[in-house]
Amino acid sequence: MLEAIILTIITAATPLLLAAIGELVAEKSGVLNLGVEGMMVMGAVAGFAVTVSTGSPLMGVVGGAVAGVLVSLIFAFVTLTLVANQVASGLALTLFGLGLSGLLGESFVGQPGIKLASLDIPGLTTLPVVGKIVFGQDILVYLSFAAVFGVAWFLNRTRAGLILRAVGDNHASAHALGYSVIGVRYLAVMFGGAMAGLGGAYMSIAYTPLWVENMTAGRGWIALALVVFASWMPWRAVIGAYLFGAVTVLQFHAQALGIGFPPQFLSMLPYLATVIVLVAISGNRRATLFNTPSSLGKSFVPDR
Amino acid sequence: MGEGTGDNIGDMLRRVGGDTPLLEVRRVVKRFGSFTANDEVSLRVMPGEIHALLGENGAGKSTLVKIIYGSLQPNAGEILWKGKPVTVASPAEARALGVGMVFQHFSLFEAMTVAENIALALPNCKATRELSDTIARVSTNYGLPLDPNSHIADLSVGERQRVEIVRCLLQNPELIIMDEPTSVLTPQEADQLFVTLRRLASEGCAILYISHRLEEVRALCHHATIMRRAKVVAEADPANETVNTLAQLMVGNEIIRVIREKRKLGPEAILLKGLTQISLDAFGVTLRDINLSVRTGEIVAIAGIAGNGQKELFDALSGEEPVEKEGMVIFAGEAVGLMDINERRLLGAAFVPEERLGHGAVPALKLSENVVLTRHGTGEGIARRGFTRFGKAGRIVEKVTSLFDVRKGVIDPEARSLSGGNLQKFVVGREVERAPKILIVAQPTWGVDAGAAAVIRQSLIDLSRNGAAIVVISQDLDEIFEIADRIAVISRGQLSKAEDADTLTTEKVGLLMAGGAEEKGAAAA
Repeated sequence: MLEAIILTIITAATPLLLAAIGELVAEKSGVLNLGVEGMMVMGAVAGFAVTVSTGSPLMGVVGGAVAGVLVSLIFAFVTLTLVANQVASGLALTLFGLGLSGLLGESFVGQPGIKLASLDIPGLTTLPVVGKIVFGQDILVYLSFAAVFGVAWFLNRTRAGLILRAVGDNHASAHALGYSVIGVRYLAVMFGGAMAGLGGAYMSIAYTPLWVENMTAGRGWIALALVVFASWMPWRAVIGAYLFGAVTVLQFHAQALGIGFPPQFLSMLPYLATVIVLVAISGNRRATLFNTPSSLGKSFVPDR
Repeated sequence: MGEGTGDNIGDMLRRVGGDTPLLEVRRVVKRFGSFTANDEVSLRVMPGEIHALLGENGAGKSTLVKIIYGSLQPNAGEILWKGKPVTVASPAEARALGVGMVFQHFSLFEAMTVAENIALALPNCKATRELSDTIARVSTNYGLPLDPNSHIADLSVGERQRVEIVRCLLQNPELIIMDEPTSVLTPQEADQLFVTLRRLASEGCAILYISHRLEEVRALCHHATIMRRAKVVAEADPANETVNTLAQLMVGNEIIRVIREKRKLGPEAILLKGLTQISLDAFGVTLRDINLSVRTGEIVAIAGIAGNGQKELFDALSGEEPVEKEGMVIFAGEAVGLMDINERRLLGAAFVPEERLGHGAVPALKLSENVVLTRHGTGEGIARRGFTRFGKAGRIVEKVTSLFDVRKGVIDPEARSLSGGNLQKFVVGREVERAPKILIVAQPTWGVDAGAAAVIRQSLIDLSRNGAAIVVISQDLDEIFEIADRIAVISRGQLSKAEDADTLTTEKVGLLMAGGAEEKGAAAA
């Protein structure tokens, strides 16, 4: 019973974690991309379509990431090159992604998909209790943790990460030092797109190997909230994703057990938690200053 | 100085290397739209030389150094580095040549540590322990002690500047550009900076030094290039000039002396009665039993070292912070202690806060929009029935900018695009143009050049002589003695009795500023 619950929590948390880590990097560079939901759902439909057409779920995973990048490039072009408002463009991207994925996915509705294979190491996967949890997951679950490691290392230990944080902290100074603010932000937004695409692909290849219109069902928004909840720290995003994943799963179990708790209340929890975290961190000016990218959401135009 | 004993590389380079300038700028032109910021500007900087670049706000100095540092590209002209023509396409290329820059508005990353900030400016460098050690060593070596692991946000202004300088030094520059480095420093910090700069020059590093403070230019610099209205108008050896002749070269004509006629006192306009305000902010100052009476026709200056309650007093006077009891602040016989800012403005009061960018004006808004912000509710018809009449606001901008000689590139620029002195003239002018009966102004000429300061000070005097009561909160004693009829000193939230300026001396006020106010009060009681 416990093992089953933990396994479902992992499945619920992984798409959130993938998308949140991507958005975290984009926001660290100073770009607020509210189009996560749109990029995820495009990743989901592309992942499913490629899987079904090629017969290979791994190709589907790649397809999802590519779709996410392509959609994010639209956003990057509009907000970074044409300097449009990031909030409005992000919202538009979400609506665009939801609409386009519905159109492209029409013929795939009801088709059977192929599930992404899980790791199976003889002797390890069959271990009691931890075997299936630690050694029996699919590649995207491991990738989501690798991404947390990688992003934390990249942001805090590498020069490129330092530059990315500098661009997000004060884009005018970064420009004055001769860094390409726009270039860095393009890359960060594309990474965000790729990760959101993977999160979407996870939904349609691993979570439920099916395509249903609007199947991400608001997970992009939770991922966005998670980034704030994590106060832009990769490790806290893991905690947040698993916390919210657990809430989602427990909500089903609570319903199954006939506990009369309104499901709407539970769906609301992630956002409520985010508001509480926001209030908590805004009380501490120092912590807010150090964690929040100061240039977040601000457009940059070089003065020349 | 005997042969070979006190000789140093800088002196030698200035003597021997006199033929090839380290940096030569030839007939550089830079236009922004129809506005020419640099008009055929030429400049020669020798190795090991501290070279002053002088000029009023908006004369084009900042534009010129941005071109040298590669942040801006010139429309015409050429730059020679050690005699060879070069194109400086970006700051990175400037740094590769050996040009470093310490910015006027610091270009540091607040959320990052000192080491990370420095690593960002060095090619292929990470914030490692090795770098931290280098920073600690170099900074101590030059008398600029720094903790590499502290966050910029926690540092004082002086320490932030040290970070910029150390960052520059680690790039082994041959030329360091400093844009008004002392405008944010205390006198002690400035003295320390001069020691460092002289040492750098003696080691052969050239320094291009921009400043308004002519005294320090005379003491520090070997050569001066003077700009006026986008052109180079003179070159001089500052040691052979006086402050007055230098100022004259900058402004172009005789410095406008501020003329203070005798005051004609009218009725009492501002009355503070036992103003007491407990500060709830941990870093705030509690105001205690402040009494002051200001009559129309006079200027009362409030002197004091920063952080002794000036901000709290300004807030209580302007209504940004309502006071405890209505009757503690009285304007023209009316108790206004609980009124908000606009209600006070309607009674004929006007306010100019200390911080011009962000408090006095919204950086991203146009000047006309900034006019609307302080004058929408003053019964002038700028805002009527919920609509804003920008035409009217635009006419006020025109009037203020021509009266106060505010230099701007376009008709209605954003506030942040003006240089500091020009914006200050605008912010003061916006209120003075309304001809208020009561004016409260904080630091009216902070960081403003002599010409602009004279214009602002004269406008305050003229306003008072035309029947306004003015309170000037200032830390600048020269300014206070130039314009004030009476002077009071604020110290730890207490205000000394306002005395006639003629009976006071700088020393006496200085003593009060250093904390004598309360003892004096106690002695009198």
